[in-house]
Amino acid sequence: MMETRSIMIVGVGGQGTLLASRVIGSVLLTGGYDVKVSEVHGMSQRGGSVVTYVRYGDKVASPIIEKGQADLIISFELLEAARWVSYLKKGGKIITNTQQIEPMPVITGAVKYPENIVENIKAAGVDITAADALSLAVEAGTPKAVNVVLMGMVSKTVSFDEQVWLDALKQCVPPKVLDVNLKAFELGRGIA
Amino acid sequence: MSKLMLGNMAVARGLYEAGVDVVSSYPGTPSTEITEFAAKYDEMHTEWAPNEKVACEAAIGASIAGTRAFCGMKHVGLNVAADPLFTVSYSGVNGGLVIGVADDPGMHSSQNEQDSRHYAIAAKVPLVEPADSAECLLYTKAAFELSEKFDTPVILRLTTRIAHSQSVVSESERIPHETGEYVKNSEKYVMMPANARPRHAAVEKRTEALREYAENCPFNRVEMGGTKIGIITSGIAYQYAKEAFGDEASYLKLGLINPLPEKLIKDFAAKVDKLYVVEELDDIIETHCRKIGLSPVGKELFTYIGEYSPVYLREKILGEKAEYTEYPENVPVRPPVMCAGCPHRGLFYILHKLGVTVSGDIGCYTLGAAAPLSAMDTTICMGASVSGLHGFNVARKGEFEGKAVAVIGDSTFIHSGITGLINIAYNASNSTVIVLDNSITGMTGHQNNPANGYNIKGDPASAVDIEAVCRAVGIDRVRVVDPNDLKATEEAVKEELAAKAPSVIITRRPCALLKSVKHKPSAVVDSDKCRSCKACMKIGCPAISMSTGKAKIDNTLCVGCGVCGGLCKFDAIKEGV
Repeated sequence: MMETRSIMIVGVGGQGTLLASRVIGSVLLTGGYDVKVSEVHGMSQRGGSVVTYVRYGDKVASPIIEKGQADLIISFELLEAARWVSYLKKGGKIITNTQQIEPMPVITGAVKYPENIVENIKAAGVDITAADALSLAVEAGTPKAVNVVLMGMVSKTVSFDEQVWLDALKQCVPPKVLDVNLKAFELGRGIA
Repeated sequence: MSKLMLGNMAVARGLYEAGVDVVSSYPGTPSTEITEFAAKYDEMHTEWAPNEKVACEAAIGASIAGTRAFCGMKHVGLNVAADPLFTVSYSGVNGGLVIGVADDPGMHSSQNEQDSRHYAIAAKVPLVEPADSAECLLYTKAAFELSEKFDTPVILRLTTRIAHSQSVVSESERIPHETGEYVKNSEKYVMMPANARPRHAAVEKRTEALREYAENCPFNRVEMGGTKIGIITSGIAYQYAKEAFGDEASYLKLGLINPLPEKLIKDFAAKVDKLYVVEELDDIIETHCRKIGLSPVGKELFTYIGEYSPVYLREKILGEKAEYTEYPENVPVRPPVMCAGCPHRGLFYILHKLGVTVSGDIGCYTLGAAAPLSAMDTTICMGASVSGLHGFNVARKGEFEGKAVAVIGDSTFIHSGITGLINIAYNASNSTVIVLDNSITGMTGHQNNPANGYNIKGDPASAVDIEAVCRAVGIDRVRVVDPNDLKATEEAVKEELAAKAPSVIITRRPCALLKSVKHKPSAVVDSDKCRSCKACMKIGCPAISMSTGKAKIDNTLCVGCGVCGGLCKFDAIKEGV
């Protein structure tokens, strides 16, 4: 029996983490796995730190992921990569956007935004891929496609046929903005 | 066809497949999507009601009329709907009646983490609890059959991790429910004392029958594995236990939580060496076990507080700890904030500036309590801002009059603010209520409401005239301001606080996240003019920072609301082009 694998999608409320989890969930379901996705709605979505769990395998029981368990963390924002790194399993991987969104305690000047996050995570022996997904999203046509750029990066790690990813995107993205998102996906896929 | 579905979406699918005709709900995290998804099926009449009591009563009416009916709410919503619940338990149903309630252990988006299972016991109605989306669909359908078979309303209880987790579901066809005959039956449906007394006897008889049913209910199942550890559990806690112990342990997985079986539990207990009850929040199942003479390990080991997890259970039962590496430095917290361009921001800035006492309420604007706005003194429940302010002012004999206000959103005002306002007018307290009208129910994810002119389908609907309501209940001083106009807002608050009469200020501007709201270009900072005085930082806008020593506006977040520009004495913040 295959051990259940765990993917975390972390970011800031409003960045489109829910869409990303739905795309990944759809890809995994097509791949024949049992899948559970746990989301957070409501108050914490308002610009707070948000996390979505995706778990897949032959038979998944718990929908949540705990410290030391994630095979892959997809971080939409740099500080969030640092916040959730403790959830990574030994030998796990982080894919992170280098975009920085200052949390309120930094904005009010109570604390500073930490420096050298990617370096610190690397120094802890963690496999981390960092890229400026925001610039690539803008290049694709809209800053809102950050999530899809990251999906492109992830598609190389969670390796399914590219067509499966594209079909999942088509299912989850409104037709109006599909072209921009397909471009964002290809730009992300080009990095990893 | 197999699909990934949120638990809430699977409940909606269950309503559809069960042939439900009427769904009436009030939004509340984590229950909201049940009704949103239900509204996508045109076969069902689906609506948002002004509050949970009204929703529940609408569903009761539909049930008495002979159709299958449902109402959905969050745990605290059941407090509001408790009045009809306790008596519809006596009257029973005609068409099946199911009340969906979603608890929020861990308080992801709630003001308390009460355990709704107590209501099922207190109201003497059956309660079923699914453990994944497939069971959400299955149990929803079964709940209607149970309701009709035993002539009782049934509570379908979810928790956040069931409601907001997606798992695999297989759909089937809708089987239309034949609307039963409506026959006047006052002995059953008119709950005056002479009729209610025999109905109470009927309820007790029903409970006996349900107890028997619980022994063989297909939703109570035994899964035997290793017999050193035996776990009685339900809902999400079952998934955590299963993840933690797999085949190492044996499980009695309960789907019908009220009433609980006796023989089934005793038989299971006899098969295992050590018996545990694993349930989040209160000790409902454990207490039942003790009542029938068992001594399981329960809350002496596991907490009453918050959510459980597989690691937590292994740690508690086996003493194991998880291994992980922390980030080497402190990571700043990222609490939720009012969005950039949020129309509540201007008002809370003024309330903070004036240093008034703020009686708060439930909604996005509860975030006005957070720094740097810090403009909230109390938040208890829906509507308590208005009624609480009145009590506060009466108690302090005028000391706080002119220094305290209530803040309440449009949807919350409709839900239960109006009655409090009637009390202010009727008992002549010199109180000032501010209705924050952003034309939507915001926090739960943008639901239309009776004040915004649209129904659940997005079609035009009758809209409550909030000003007219306030005047009609006896408030003479009613005025409307734009909260992004700081000067006008400050003037309005000062004048109404100074007036020796009850008053209402309506701060009116639509939520900045509404698709219909056109945004202006991002504001820009002229860094030559910026003196780094940080005046613009006082509004706590997530788009403004001082990371470069001068004010900087993030143009991916800013929607050009202009509030910060009004605070700059040096004219350094300009409208974007």
